[in-house]
Parts: sequence; structure tokens; C-alpha cells
Amino acid sequence: MPDTLTIPSSPAQPGGSPAAGGGGLPRLLPPAGAAPADLRAHLARHGALRYAGGRGRLTGEVAAAGLTGRGGAAFPVARKLAAAAGARPAPVAVGNGAEGEPASSKDASLLWLSPHLVLDGLQLAAEAAGAPSAVLYLRPGQRLHARLAQAIAERAAAGIDAVGVALVRAPDRFLAGEESALASRLAGRPALPAYRPARGLPRLAPARSALVQNVETLAHLALIARHGAGWFRQAGTAAEPGSMLVTLHLPDGHTTVAEVPLGIALADLLGLAAGQPGSGEPGVSCGPVPVQAVLVGGYHGTWLPAAQAARLPLANAMLRPLGAAVGAGVVAALPAGRCGLAETARVARYLALESAGQCGPCFNGLPRIAAALGHLAGSRPDRRAVTDLERWAGLVTGRGACHHPDGSVRFVRSALRAFAAEIGLHEAGRCSGTDPRPFLPLPADPPSSDADWS
Amino acid sequence: MRQQQLRVDPVACSGHGACAELLPELITLDEWGYPVVADRPVPSGLHREARRAVTNCPALALALARVP
Repeated sequence: MPDTLTIPSSPAQPGGSPAAGGGGLPRLLPPAGAAPADLRAHLARHGALRYAGGRGRLTGEVAAAGLTGRGGAAFPVARKLAAAAGARPAPVAVGNGAEGEPASSKDASLLWLSPHLVLDGLQLAAEAAGAPSAVLYLRPGQRLHARLAQAIAERAAAGIDAVGVALVRAPDRFLAGEESALASRLAGRPALPAYRPARGLPRLAPARSALVQNVETLAHLALIARHGAGWFRQAGTAAEPGSMLVTLHLPDGHTTVAEVPLGIALADLLGLAAGQPGSGEPGVSCGPVPVQAVLVGGYHGTWLPAAQAARLPLANAMLRPLGAAVGAGVVAALPAGRCGLAETARVARYLALESAGQCGPCFNGLPRIAAALGHLAGSRPDRRAVTDLERWAGLVTGRGACHHPDGSVRFVRSALRAFAAEIGLHEAGRCSGTDPRPFLPLPADPPSSDADWS
Repeated sequence: MRQQQLRVDPVACSGHGACAELLPELITLDEWGYPVVADRPVPSGLHREARRAVTNCPALALALARVP
């Protein structure tokens, strides 16, 4: 991961003024234009960390808040906290800031701008679990590590932390933050996903489990402990309360991190409007740029045609029936003039190379799927490539130790639907792409299959 | 007796294919040689064969698990 950060801007934020302590946004990020928060600024804005007063005490308030994990799976946080409070011996509390998704930079932005909110939440998670110690698992980046090490030292000097926090560097891999891969890394082994037939907390050792929460989830936890469930629910929908951080890839090529209420219309999020500018033609545009499709949920996510996306909210209640999900909040609006098949083929190749290579169906299937997409992205493809793709997609689904094959196939299948007309164009020897520059971000150095996992 | 189902540990499995030879009624191989297990409980007449497939997996990747 490059050692760069996306500094958040403030797009349209319906739902309130940026008053700290109120229901307004931003909650997690500093107000637009404010400097990153050191401990003094953090305490001035949010007040002192409020411990719940014992193991398991915070669970009820978190359940009432309806907080779900912001790492992508949207698992109810209270249920994980309850499992952790009941685990013996007590689990280790882990903040997951691996953020292996190349299109996401919201966790890095949060850690850079509001490190103490995350560290507050990590202390609360440790308290809720009765954890003897805590770990912050961080994506690569020297500046980010130095900042977090400094923040941890500031807190130690002020004596506000109940348990010590160790910083552990995640490898620069797509799957580094997958929970079983994280557990493997913390146990001193490579960060490879593991087969876990039994549900429950992941294990670092036979007698030690881990309570793993995404770093943004921890930051929400820190504010719920201060302001309560009712305050948390002032943003978002009744079914999906609160705010969330999103990484937006706008059709003009800009990337931005924003904090938005769950349930915000994708049209408001991206600034989409009906019609093509300067003509009466139908379609969807973002400012002067026509948009053809929207990717929701990142590289394990789903392409939606722009006209469909423009009518949908950023909410699982509406997205899941379409096979899509909010995920970790990556939303990309693909402008017209870029070939959606070429974009998907590039990412599919990356995903194939990011297979840990442990499970036969994933190791064999993803490269073939990526190659077939590359074929479709070329001129006058053989339509049998689509049949092959569908068969291989069926063969890899549900047959990996982790969700990588399933997520990759969801992404690819959605492209076959959203870019069906583009496949027809390519069969006729044409392509709607006029701009050959890549749109979706990928690491500069393509991973090699035996690259470092530790 | 509780119903049982065959489960493959996909990390441990290295595609020897022994299971599909011993229990073709419930296990076939995909085009890369990895087992595709029928998504249903082991029928009562095949328990002996299922146990044999489990014990004969060279990678110890096949297991019988209780159906939840």
C-alpha cells in the first residue's frame, strides 16, 4: 500500500451540522479543515474516555444502538461483545486496520485524523471482553505507524489506558484483514486465511481467542460509550443506524473519504443527476460527466447500472435483495468512455493473484475466470467465454476456507449483468471505451503469487 | 442417530481424489480434481462407505460432521 492518505473533504452531508457531541456529522472525523487530533484536541472535542465499569457492561448499550461492524460484514457488534465477555480465558482485543482493499482508504484516514477515537474504542472493547491486552493491526505505511505509536505513547504518559496496546503490521495483501488471516498473523504465522468449520471468535492459540473489530467500528464504540444509543441513532435508518465512512471514487477521477449517514441516497452521495448534460438524452451524470455504472462494496462488491444505482440508498435492506451490499463503504462511479469489461478484467486478475493459493477451487478457478474476462474485454471475443465463466463461477462459490472466491465471483458476475451490452459491442468488434487509462485503483506493483504474507 | 454430512477442509485438501473413488454416490471431482460434495446428509445406507472415505483421505481433509 502506498504511504499516502486521502484527506477527507466535506461533500453534501444531509442530517445536521458538524457539532461535536450532537447527532450531526462528521462524528468520527475532525470538522472539515481541522487538523488531525492529538490527545489534547481529542479530549477538547470529545471529552474523557468513559469506561463502562466492567466486563460485559457495554453490551446492552451497543445492542440498543444497533451498531454493526464497519469492516464489511456488518455483523452486530453486541453479539461479538457478548461472545467475548463469555469467553474463558478472556480474549485479546484487536483493532483491525489492515484495510487490504486497494479502493478503500477510510480506515487509514480515520487512523490518521482521529487516532485517539480508535484507541478509546479499543480500550472499551478490551474492557468489554475482560481482555488482558490489546493489539492494533495496521496496514503498511511508515507515517501511519509512527503516528499511532506516538498516539499510544501520549496516552501512556497521560495514564488513560487500562491495557497496553501493541502495534502489529499487516502484510500488504487483499486478505490481510480477513479475520482468520489476522489471527494467524498475531499467532506469529503468515497472515493466511484458515479453515474454520466452527463459528465463534477466532483463535490465536488453542486457549486464546480474539475479539476483532474494525477500527471504524471501535471509533463508533467510543462515541456510543460517551453519548449513548439514542444519540447514535440520530443518524442513519432505524434498521441500519449511525454514520459510516465511505471511500468515493468520483467519475472525474477524484477519490475522497466522507462520513455519511447510512441510508443516504447513492445519488446524493455521488452527486448523480438524471440526464446527459447539454442534451435531452436519458442517462445519469455526475456534474458534466456521464456515469455508466456504480460499483458498490469494493472488489468483493457489485456493479450496478447507473440508472439503477441512482434510485438506491446506501443500505443493505435495499441492496441485499439485488445481491449487493454496503460492505466497507467503497463506492465508485464509472464514467462513460471507460470499458467496464476492461476495468473488471484488471481487478479480476488482481483478485486471482491475491488468492492465498491454499484452496484448489480458488487457486484454479480465479485465474481462469480472470483470463476469460480478459478475453471478453478484447476484440471479437468468443461467446463461449461467458459459458465458461458461469461454470467456473459456480465451481468456486462456497468452496474456499474464506470468502475470497465468493466475493470475487459476486464482483465478476455483476459485471456480466451490468456490462451485458458492452459484451455485445465487443462481439461486434467495437468497444465503448475511449479513454484507456485505468479507473479503479490497484497497487502499483502487482503482487507475485509467493509474495510475503507476514 | 443424528444425521451426518461430509465436509471438506479446502485448505488441507490437495485433490488426491480418493474420496470420489470410494464414495461416488456423494462425491464427484471438479474439472481440476477437487471434490464436490453433495449438499445433503449421508443416507443411512452409505454410512460405512462415508467413514471409509474419511479414513482413507491421504490429506485428512474429509470429515463427517453432525448436521446442525
